[in-house]
Amino acid sequence: MIAAWPGAAGEELAIAFDKARPRRVLVLPAWFDEGNKLRHFAVEVMRRLDGSGIDSFVPDLPGCNESPAPLHEQTLEGWRSEATEAASYFAATHVLAIRAAAAIVPDLPGWRYAPQAGSSQLRSLLRARILSAREAGREEDRDTLLAEGHERGLELAGYYLGPAMVAALADSGLPGAGRQRDIAQSDIGGPGLWLRAEPDHDHRQADALAAIVSMELLA
Amino acid sequence: MNGHSDTDSVLRGVLQDVLGLSRERAAAFTPDTGLFGHLPELDSMAVAGLLTEIEDRLGIVIDDDEIDGEMLETYGALLAFVQAKRGG
Repeated sequence: MIAAWPGAAGEELAIAFDKARPRRVLVLPAWFDEGNKLRHFAVEVMRRLDGSGIDSFVPDLPGCNESPAPLHEQTLEGWRSEATEAASYFAATHVLAIRAAAAIVPDLPGWRYAPQAGSSQLRSLLRARILSAREAGREEDRDTLLAEGHERGLELAGYYLGPAMVAALADSGLPGAGRQRDIAQSDIGGPGLWLRAEPDHDHRQADALAAIVSMELLA
Repeated sequence: MNGHSDTDSVLRGVLQDVLGLSRERAAAFTPDTGLFGHLPELDSMAVAGLLTEIEDRLGIVIDDDEIDGEMLETYGALLAFVQAKRGG
């Protein structure tokens, strides 16, 4: 189930349900704090796709999860090209992008689950940083933090983003859906698991997302 | 439409989703129920997500400099802030 793939910065890991079947879905996971909250969900969706006869892969992008590459050296453009590289390495036929990963989807048919603009993701991370500074008795404001981020990079919720990543996220709206179809949280039912203060799982939501993907793939 | 009770139910709904509470638990919140600083799971990342979700569901924008400890301390204070925001 643990596989490896050649990323630009060296070998990266991936979770793969690979039985050389004709339908192969590249899963691009949510980022940063949301990635932690949705990791169990993503793997459960993949397990269900596997049961429906569909291969799937979730690669570590450089700087993410188990990747040896430093996160602060990564750029949005770099992640986009790595996602395309991973799609080609795993011979993906489709893509399932989760939340902010909608910004880096390769040119494949597929789905964007609850897509979020990079700028919205950054806004939440900045707000969390301002709140935690305030809790510690320090005043920080968004404009100063952003200016610092553009110059030197920023640590947000324990993730150290380099200046190029901060700048790209700040400017990153939600791209047009292109060859993918958007799946809203209301199509899945229940509250988005990224909202939960403590990571949690809801098997019904994994059932629902896997059902949508597999029904469309096997139709 | 009663705007105030609508805000109240949206706010309870967001807290229910963020904290993973049952509908009954969220319905039992009183104005004095403690939030930030009282519920260990409600850390700064969770509060940031909570505020963003409130913005999305109610179509309001909350500036970071409007956020202070007092407004987040109890359910009543947060509700009063959001109601004022919607009315203003």
